[in-house]
Amino acid sequence: MIVISKLIIGFLILLGSILSLISSIGILRLPDVYTRNHAASKAATLGIISIMLGVFLYFSIHEEHINTRVILGIIFVLLTSPVAGHLINRAAYYTKTPLWKNTVVDDLKNKEEG
Amino acid sequence: MFETVLVISLGLIAISSFLLIIRLIKGPSIPDRAISLDAIGINLIGITAIISVVLKTNAFLDVILLIGILAFIGTVAIAKFLEKGEIIENDRDK
Repeated sequence: MIVISKLIIGFLILLGSILSLISSIGILRLPDVYTRNHAASKAATLGIISIMLGVFLYFSIHEEHINTRVILGIIFVLLTSPVAGHLINRAAYYTKTPLWKNTVVDDLKNKEEG
Repeated sequence: MFETVLVISLGLIAISSFLLIIRLIKGPSIPDRAISLDAIGINLIGITAIISVVLKTNAFLDVILLIGILAFIGTVAIAKFLEKGEIIENDRDK
């Protein structure tokens, strides 16, 4: 039981940190603000949720201490991180940050003109 | 074995934060920097969580929620300042 739970917890924490690393590589290499935000607000959120789930399982199984603040933190990050990404992207669009040069269609611009 | 996995995860998150700091320094626009600061805050939550497992203490678990709330409030304030020019609007001035 203890060994299996350590296996699962180690897998969750390692998966979360690998997802964080992939997200930051995406932020470093993608071409413009909007694609970077796509990488930041999805992969980083899932990675951190996975890490916090592993930590919650560790404390509830090995230390026998069920900490509801970690659950609250999971729900809070899940709710607010995409909202923060949306607000930053919206501010970037309305301050006329340039899109990637190979962008095909910009529906919001057509809507404002028409 | 379990401690090795934890140390490897800490190293991966540290590399991730380093790459985000590179984007924070050379990012061409202000929203780039805001995005990378937000992601650094999210990474700090993970570092705090793993450190509390390594040290086997539950004293730092409040800090997780606190960093999450502060990162969200900071990002919303930066976004509103970029879009409207002021963070707290006063309607009676108009």
